[in-house]
Amino acid sequence: MLRYSLKRAFSLAISLAVASLVIFAVIEIAPGDPASFMLGVNAQPDTLAALRTELGLDQSKAERYISWITGMLRGDFGTSYTYRTPVSQMIADRMWVSLPLALYALALSTAIAFPAGIYAASRRGKVGDLTVMSATQLGVAIPNFWFAMMLVLVFAINLRWFNAGGFAGWDKGLAAGLHSLTLPAIALALPQAAILARVMRSALLDILGEDFMRTARAKGLSRRQALWRHGLRNALIPVLTIIGLQFSFLLAGSIIIEQVFYLPGLGRLVFQAISARDLIVVESVVMLLVFAVITVNFLVDLAYAAVDPRLRSRT
Amino acid sequence: MSLLQIKDLSLSIHGIEILQRVNLTIAPGEIVAVTGESGSGKSMTALAVMQLLPAGSETTGSILLDGEEVLDLPEDRMCELRGAAVGMVFQEPMTALNPVKTIGDQVMETILIHRAMPRDKAEERAREVLARVGLPPERYPLGRYPHELSGGQRQRVVIAMAIALRPKLLIADEPTTALDVTTQAQILDLLKGLVREYGMGMLMITHDLAVVADMADHITVMRRGEVVEAARTRQLLTGMTHPYTKMLFAASEHQVSLPETVGQMPLLAVANVVRDYPLPRTSLFARPGQHRAVDHVSFTLHQGERLGLVGESGCGKSTLTRAILGLEPVQAGHILLDGQPVYSGNKANLAVRRKMQVVFQDPYGSFNPRHRVDRLVTEPFHLLENPPMGSERRDRIAEMLTAVGLSPDDSGKYIHEFSGGQRQRIAIARALIIRPQLILFDEAVSALDVSVRAQILDLLADLCASYDLTYLFISHDLSVVRTITDRVMVMQAGRIVEQGETEQVFSDPQHPYTEALIAAAPRLPRRRPMIAR
Amino acid sequence: MSRNLILGAGLSSLVVLSALVSFVWTPYDYAALNIPAKLQTPNARHWLGTDHFGRDMFSMIMVGARTSIAVALLAVGIGMSLGVPLGLAAAARKGSWLDELIMRGNDLVFAFPSLVIAILITAVFGAGAVNAIIAIGIFNIPVFARITRGAALSLWEREFIMAARVAGKSAAHISAEHILPNVANLLIVQGTIQFSLGILAEAGLSYVGLGAQPPTPSWGRMLADAQTMVSFAPHLALIPGFAIILTVLGLNLMGDGLRDWLDPRIRVARS
Repeated sequence: MLRYSLKRAFSLAISLAVASLVIFAVIEIAPGDPASFMLGVNAQPDTLAALRTELGLDQSKAERYISWITGMLRGDFGTSYTYRTPVSQMIADRMWVSLPLALYALALSTAIAFPAGIYAASRRGKVGDLTVMSATQLGVAIPNFWFAMMLVLVFAINLRWFNAGGFAGWDKGLAAGLHSLTLPAIALALPQAAILARVMRSALLDILGEDFMRTARAKGLSRRQALWRHGLRNALIPVLTIIGLQFSFLLAGSIIIEQVFYLPGLGRLVFQAISARDLIVVESVVMLLVFAVITVNFLVDLAYAAVDPRLRSRT
Repeated sequence: MSLLQIKDLSLSIHGIEILQRVNLTIAPGEIVAVTGESGSGKSMTALAVMQLLPAGSETTGSILLDGEEVLDLPEDRMCELRGAAVGMVFQEPMTALNPVKTIGDQVMETILIHRAMPRDKAEERAREVLARVGLPPERYPLGRYPHELSGGQRQRVVIAMAIALRPKLLIADEPTTALDVTTQAQILDLLKGLVREYGMGMLMITHDLAVVADMADHITVMRRGEVVEAARTRQLLTGMTHPYTKMLFAASEHQVSLPETVGQMPLLAVANVVRDYPLPRTSLFARPGQHRAVDHVSFTLHQGERLGLVGESGCGKSTLTRAILGLEPVQAGHILLDGQPVYSGNKANLAVRRKMQVVFQDPYGSFNPRHRVDRLVTEPFHLLENPPMGSERRDRIAEMLTAVGLSPDDSGKYIHEFSGGQRQRIAIARALIIRPQLILFDEAVSALDVSVRAQILDLLADLCASYDLTYLFISHDLSVVRTITDRVMVMQAGRIVEQGETEQVFSDPQHPYTEALIAAAPRLPRRRPMIAR
Repeated sequence: MSRNLILGAGLSSLVVLSALVSFVWTPYDYAALNIPAKLQTPNARHWLGTDHFGRDMFSMIMVGARTSIAVALLAVGIGMSLGVPLGLAAAARKGSWLDELIMRGNDLVFAFPSLVIAILITAVFGAGAVNAIIAIGIFNIPVFARITRGAALSLWEREFIMAARVAGKSAAHISAEHILPNVANLLIVQGTIQFSLGILAEAGLSYVGLGAQPPTPSWGRMLADAQTMVSFAPHLALIPGFAIILTVLGLNLMGDGLRDWLDPRIRVARS
């Protein structure tokens, strides 16, 4: 188990290194000089040179990459080109909206999908199954940001159970913070739950056809007992893969959903940065998102080993 | 009083008739074997007793299990009986166990689901049962996972789960079909011992007549869902009456007579061949270990010779086959076909390859389902510099299909239109079409029913006469190798431990492993003089 | 042929048809402003109503279908044309450095959701519908590579591939002659699903301004415009939303139906 974890951790580090290199390289292609962009067309040559030195733009590409990476490891993401404030500070505030939103949605989606998928699988071909499957077929087709607008229309504008947008802030307490993230999380979670429920159902149905399920029945387990004791844990293996993938969809989705609810998250930050050509902010936010996705998939790899003993022993 | 009494059992699945008026009785302590070829309904009979039939099944008739009418029992009563009153052992030990649970948990589950007892007591029972089936807890602790055990050991675990509560009836559905002969002999002994010790009745489903003759007190022969003959074993062996039964027994010890071989020119020379596979790395920086699948193997195959290669699974015979076919490199030694090396890197050396063809085991996986027969059998034309075209090509296809007992009209059909035996004929046609000097038969009759197998063996003997075949016949089945080869090699753990004239090796084995193999293979008792060869 | 397939194919062809018809005919000019007729709910003259500039919603939906289909189709094209050969190559050289490289590359691309790719491209090159195509296309590459490799690997174990190797055929020859035709059904089904996911992704990207730019109509943009008016003109949001849902639903039903129809055994990754 330890050896397996170390191995996965090693490949996590490699992935992060390569991903950072790719992001850095893409941003480098961008035309134009941030310093002259910041100072405008009438900048004095010596002021420009000074700013270039301050931003580290006079260094070679390799040096800049190294200092970007080492800076990030220390928590220093550089200075915003437009606001002249540390990027790390700008990101830190917003991150605590986007990441909790994605995780909240992931928890919701799993909590909905598991029972729905298990229920449908255990009622295969019956009315309950068909109902769940039709609902998920529809759920898969709904764009989450549109669903979010509908939720606002019904629950915020008409029923007034929630605010139509904005974020209360975590300093008002956990409950207040979660309350303002609830509608966005539901909007994100339901379409993903539809996918996950379908995966859960088909994974379970695949397992039901396995020889060991027949063995379990031959021991005297009822259909339901066999499903719970032997089916579920084996079905978890493909389901985990999807959960890992879903996190990246939810994170991307949360950035879009923030626009519907006017949430001060990474989405707003990055779209403002794009229009202001504040590339260092874009670069940092993208790196952070990719970091989150890769890390979650690392955790999923560890979860695999917890579920499947064959992985634990095979180094 | 009988333990199990099946009367006039008929079964249909989604309206298709599977069983018709099957009758069968088992007394306590008695072993009753149900045998027949694929599609005979023998496994469905077993599943009907367990009431584990596939969806869409409809049954009529009666199954009395220890006085209870199984067909009328509600599902929850059936759950009480399964595992407690009836245990079941399945064919495929590799998949019959849950891969994510320990063997201890899985054996204990049988106990705990039926009897309320503290966990440590159940654990104690599980240890006893596992020890009884030959997995002593000192060497096989309860915390082992199925993937850490071999096929034979897993089958022991499955047996332990089935007998943990000493059921009155044990159902074994092809329990040794997936196992090697030596393991098979051990498992059969174990089952026999358990039946005697516990006084269980046993319903044994198997296609292997030799196993049947050896194990059963009573034999029921089935064909297409019907019982064609049933009698006490000795009675049946000496006085079988139904023509199908007679055909079945004759086919399973079918002998062919090979034509005399001529010429002693060496064709295939294998010298000191070593084939290593890298094992998965045990640590990130250590050099990966090696598994030596083929260990300094040397032999020569002469023109016109029919050579056999026998061994159990994992002995390296498939690896050696791939190396001879030139599909994989060897780490040491060389393989020469007609004086030229068979392996030539990733690019095929057509000059060598065209002298050799192969027939595989699986009649269903050997053909691209999207191509017609003419395209399938002419695939080896790729090896020729000037492949026949037009009418010449048509003639060659027609000749080959006729030679293997099919019709030239079959060339326009797709492979799914043929039965397993016909597919194996097409595979032979594909191998023969470029008139190779050497053919490899890789378990080529192992997946076939006995009656079909006998026909294919006859076909091979005929082709030997008409096409002067030289072949290497790779098989785990000793009785087949004995009749279809002149010379045989025995392979164990990557090495050839014995080779010689086939009859010589079988009647007077020199190596202890050969001896063990021959001893372990179940045989039909001699009923009548063997057909002269 | 199942009910799913007929229903799905019907819905999908309706959308494709309206996109095609929009090249030659729309009820109104989709770009023509008509402020006096603004914010009408569906009526006899404007079947789906008008937006805040008085533009005809029905015409905009028809032309928007064009954008959605073009982006999703091209993105699937990029994913297939690069992903399938990579998957075939990885399977043909299973366990080699090439396989390893392709699979690690796959994992890396999976770490970049299409939105993130779109953000990067837009930051560097500016906004446009092409960004959406590239971003979704890049994301599709590993999807097709992985599914092709998985299916091809099990085929490589089959004896008919061994027979082809014994017949002296090269790995590339075998991949083209034997492997590709046998994974084609799977790819068609997965292609349908990626197409529907592409429609959803395009809508999302256009919604946040990373996709099609005005005046090119797109369903995602229409939703972005509708957002501030949803309380008093909900039809502005409902109609493009329904257009997206029906299209995606149709494609998914068609994918499911195709899977059952072509081969009940094939498995498709849906995520």
